[in-house]
Amino acid sequence: MSNVATTAPAPAAPPPVEKLKIKVDGREIEVPKLMPDWQGRLQPTTMLQACQIAGAEVPHYCYHPKLPVAGNCRMCLVEFGTPMMGPDRKPVLNPDGTPKIAKSVLPYEPGTPRGAIACATPISPGMEIYPGSAATQQMREAVLESLLINHPLDCPICDQAGECKLQEYSVEHGQANSRFVETKVHKPKAVDLGPRIVLDDERCILCTRCIRFSRDIAGDDALGIVNRGSYNTIAAWKEGAFDNNYTLNTVDLCPVGALTSRDFRFKMRVWFLKETRSVCTSCSTGCNITIGSREDVIHRYEPRDNDAVNAAWMCDAGRLNYKWVGRPDRLKEVRRRNADGTSDRIPWETAIREITARLSNAVSGSVAVVASARQTTEELHLLKKLANRFGAITDSVPRTGEADRLLVSADRNPNSNGARLTGIAYTEMGIRLPEIAEGIRSGSIRTLVVFGEDVTQHGIGADLLARLETLVVSDILPNPTTAAAHYLLPGCAHAEKRGTYINGKGRLQRFLKAVEPHGDARPEWEFLRELVTAVTAQAVPATLEGLFNEMSDGIPAFGGVRWAGIGDLGVNVTI
Amino acid sequence: MPEEFKLITKNLDQPGFTPDIGCYQRHGGYEALRKALSTAARDLPDGKKQSPQEVIRDEVLKSGLRGRGGAGFSAGLKWSFVDRRSGKPIYLICNADESEPGTFKDRQILHRDPHQLIEGMIISCWANDVKLAYIYIRGEMPIAARRLNQALAEARAAGFLGKNILGTGYDLEIHVHRGAGAYICGEETGLIESLEGKRPYPRIKPPYFPAVLGLYLCPTIVNNVETLCHVRHIVTLGGAEYAKLGTPNNTGTRIVSLSGDVQRPGYYEIEVGKVTLGELIQHPNFGGGLRPGRQLKAIIPGGSSSKVLKAGEKFQLKRKGPDGQMTSVETALLDLPYDFDSLQQAGTMSGSSAIIVLDDSRSMVATLGNLSEFYAHESCGQCTPCREGALWMEKALHRLNHGEGRKSDADYLLHIAQNIQGRTICAFGEAASWPVLSFVKKFRDEFESKGAADESARAANPARPQH
Amino acid sequence: MSFSVPSKLEAELDELATHYPQKRSASLMFLHALQEHFGFISRDAVEWTATKLGLQPINVYELVTFYPMFRQEKLGRTQVRVCRTLSCALAGAYELRDHFCKNLGLDTAKHGPQTTPDGKFTVEFVECLASCGSAPVVMVNDDLLEKVTAADAEKVLTRGRVTE
Repeated sequence: MSNVATTAPAPAAPPPVEKLKIKVDGREIEVPKLMPDWQGRLQPTTMLQACQIAGAEVPHYCYHPKLPVAGNCRMCLVEFGTPMMGPDRKPVLNPDGTPKIAKSVLPYEPGTPRGAIACATPISPGMEIYPGSAATQQMREAVLESLLINHPLDCPICDQAGECKLQEYSVEHGQANSRFVETKVHKPKAVDLGPRIVLDDERCILCTRCIRFSRDIAGDDALGIVNRGSYNTIAAWKEGAFDNNYTLNTVDLCPVGALTSRDFRFKMRVWFLKETRSVCTSCSTGCNITIGSREDVIHRYEPRDNDAVNAAWMCDAGRLNYKWVGRPDRLKEVRRRNADGTSDRIPWETAIREITARLSNAVSGSVAVVASARQTTEELHLLKKLANRFGAITDSVPRTGEADRLLVSADRNPNSNGARLTGIAYTEMGIRLPEIAEGIRSGSIRTLVVFGEDVTQHGIGADLLARLETLVVSDILPNPTTAAAHYLLPGCAHAEKRGTYINGKGRLQRFLKAVEPHGDARPEWEFLRELVTAVTAQAVPATLEGLFNEMSDGIPAFGGVRWAGIGDLGVNVTI
Repeated sequence: MPEEFKLITKNLDQPGFTPDIGCYQRHGGYEALRKALSTAARDLPDGKKQSPQEVIRDEVLKSGLRGRGGAGFSAGLKWSFVDRRSGKPIYLICNADESEPGTFKDRQILHRDPHQLIEGMIISCWANDVKLAYIYIRGEMPIAARRLNQALAEARAAGFLGKNILGTGYDLEIHVHRGAGAYICGEETGLIESLEGKRPYPRIKPPYFPAVLGLYLCPTIVNNVETLCHVRHIVTLGGAEYAKLGTPNNTGTRIVSLSGDVQRPGYYEIEVGKVTLGELIQHPNFGGGLRPGRQLKAIIPGGSSSKVLKAGEKFQLKRKGPDGQMTSVETALLDLPYDFDSLQQAGTMSGSSAIIVLDDSRSMVATLGNLSEFYAHESCGQCTPCREGALWMEKALHRLNHGEGRKSDADYLLHIAQNIQGRTICAFGEAASWPVLSFVKKFRDEFESKGAADESARAANPARPQH
Repeated sequence: MSFSVPSKLEAELDELATHYPQKRSASLMFLHALQEHFGFISRDAVEWTATKLGLQPINVYELVTFYPMFRQEKLGRTQVRVCRTLSCALAGAYELRDHFCKNLGLDTAKHGPQTTPDGKFTVEFVECLASCGSAPVVMVNDDLLEKVTAADAEKVLTRGRVTE
């Protein structure tokens, strides 16, 4: 079953889309008359959009589908023609009855084609666009030559090398030689534009993507162009002034190596990076990301396009929130604490066997589970199964901050809705934590299972933890709760495993594994599955896909979605 | 005998004429405004009715008036493109950013007869339902700006401007806005950006045609100073009568700015097409000829951006014969009627009607170097071909003018210029490349021999430090 | 020294801002007025203008660096702007500018504004001043001098030297 429930009511049948017939490089195609602009509003379809539909590449620098059109780079100039009109305002026909096409030419030099910028020129019925013609090619060559005359050509030391549009287009559309024999214009190098952004003005091609993003998307008109003409230079008012929470998106947007991330600068040639589709965990927005890693070390996060979630952007805080994954004090060993306070490293089998034994003796109602809304939905589902076996109280920990107008959510947990839909937490997250604390104090709760949270920060202090008969803790980094655990089970960062999160708007999204776990650490769902199987004596699917599908079948809000049906962009579930 | 025809310059050229409102009114000033405001609605033969405003707009269209700023586009048509259904305010801007090298006609009006402009503007605003208008004046004309402000205050005090103009209930305010030294502000969308307080980057068209998405993205009319002054006279004369001035399709009068190597540089108002280029340069009523002993070498006929014409050139002009058929008539350079169409047919343009004359003492390489320096300085830098190409051409010409030329620089310059024209956001691309294209094509030998001479000199003395 | 705009000037500027439906439009007029008062546009003036017009300082600085009439440092009391463009060049503008430079001990090879150490003069080339029929022309402060000869230049220098 692939019928997916959505948060919105089922859309009415869309109105018929009005189409236009045009030709792209001689091939007739039908394209919608109107298409979404950068804000998603329907506007007359542009030549560039039409060429994309036709599968014809139109190279461009300043154009970006999510930014207002600037039309300044001129790389997308294409030769074109329109049906010739007679004095009677009727099309002039060729002898074979086809409409005669008047190619656009310079009015003062009718032998020379006049191109139009594909990014801003609307199509019209019968228009012919020639993205593959010799004239178009010559226009591209000329623009590339112009862009390179004052460029430093320092590709060997440029971070953008390998993902630079100047390099790519030079190979595809450029020419080997430049005629330029003059001295180059020199501009500022290594400018501290903001705390996270370094600018090389000599590499800049003045496409203004960064300015438009900051002004029109981030709402911070902090960048501008100073000076004039060939001396134009991107600048902020003063050093470091470019400091909103979205500055690093300009590094992604920059088609060349002008804007670089202070964090990533000179660290890694991009072609060595393995790219993994994942989701940001810093808040409940769940921005889609690509993790760039090499040999099990994460080097960067970049936003991944998803119009249902984050368009093409992510915040700087989320983007830079990866370093903890590689922290040297990561929990790497399965440990059992002895009565004298010492602890031993034990094998996973021993830990699972002993925990199973202890839990099996637990009286119903004497167990509580504190899970984390940073865990995957599958892990939460397994913890709920475990809790159900003992009639355990469950909850998780709220985590909030200030929301902004673009992407950052007040809910800083990535999977609050997963915790709610699996039944771990309630509408008001953390509401039962005092009850758990009281249960421990009164002695009715004797076993506590904690995943991914330091409960000493949430009303269950070390004194209470000391009263427990059994404290099972799984986490990633050490804290007072892990220090008090009888059994400590090292878990994985999201980048080290697979799973799903459900974001604040009910978008169910999956993420994949980028790097290997540290030491003994295993994905939580794996050892939770072993524990649940042992404790409940029920079969639990052995693969993540199977586990997800089982969970989906049990939660009506999921509408029966399968793991394979989630896709790279996620699906909506009912929240 | 070729003579001046003073319509716009009639008053300001009179001894004793002063720029104050009293003097202007003594010379019939603001009578055209009264006439316009009392225009009656008109029934058309097809049964439709024209509002008084439509009548005035129709008269302007019938007058054949073409924009005096440079492009020579029909003023009446330009007005007809205005989106009057958007519900947004309509703005009118007077382009007083006169800065095309060679041009100094608007300066005369602004300094000496500001009320003529203001009257033309008020009529134009009224005819187009404009409630707020601006005069965008060059920053380098501070005195003219003060005079305009003074004149506006006088007009306000006299009830020609402000609330309830002449008791008609029509409100209009006009403000003076000063530029600050940028040629690109003469481009109408660059001007609009500048007036919005932004860098004067010309807008892409489509979609930002001023008649629809102009100032503050509202419908906007941008007209040159002289064009707006003509509106006043069209109202006085009537469109059909005005159209009898000049020649068909090139109606009315134009103020020609004449400079360079002539005996009598200055501005001369003529009926468009009734005086030839040769008469303008040589006749004692106009330029009075070249300096003694000098021969004509070249003419830049319509502001520095227009393509240069070479002495001795001949052109094929299309002319309507007595039988009404179009025929081709060979016309020598100096016999070219000075109008929009003839110059266009000669492969150039009358542009801002500014003629710069070059005699045989002038180096075309040096002259082009001077102009290229101007365009490199004035390129706004928004789009790639112009930003990079304008300075590139300037650097090449500087090299060629300072002993570091190459014979191949002629083709090198053509290559750069060809990749600018027609590929930029605004017409500045043409403005910067046309002088290069025309100079090099028409005087190629001069460029090549200069480059070749430099190459020989370098070969003879290879140790000489490079420029 | 802290930056302060006299209240009379500020009131004038506030009135100017009312000329436009969007006050950002008043940027150029603000900068002209501030330059007239202070002699140049300081960083403080940029920030003050930005605050008054509800902009970020970079929005204003973009203008200051684009339009050559705006200065970021104090100029001489007598500002000599020699038109450099074609008609004036044909009529001797280069020689005229060299004349000014040599007499004031300024570098003839430099194109942009140069101010004498005593602060009395600034000399520079500017582009076409739209008075080509009376070339060569020179702007001396707000005044346009036409058909300027070496003798006229001397007069400008003499007057500028005595001006306090």
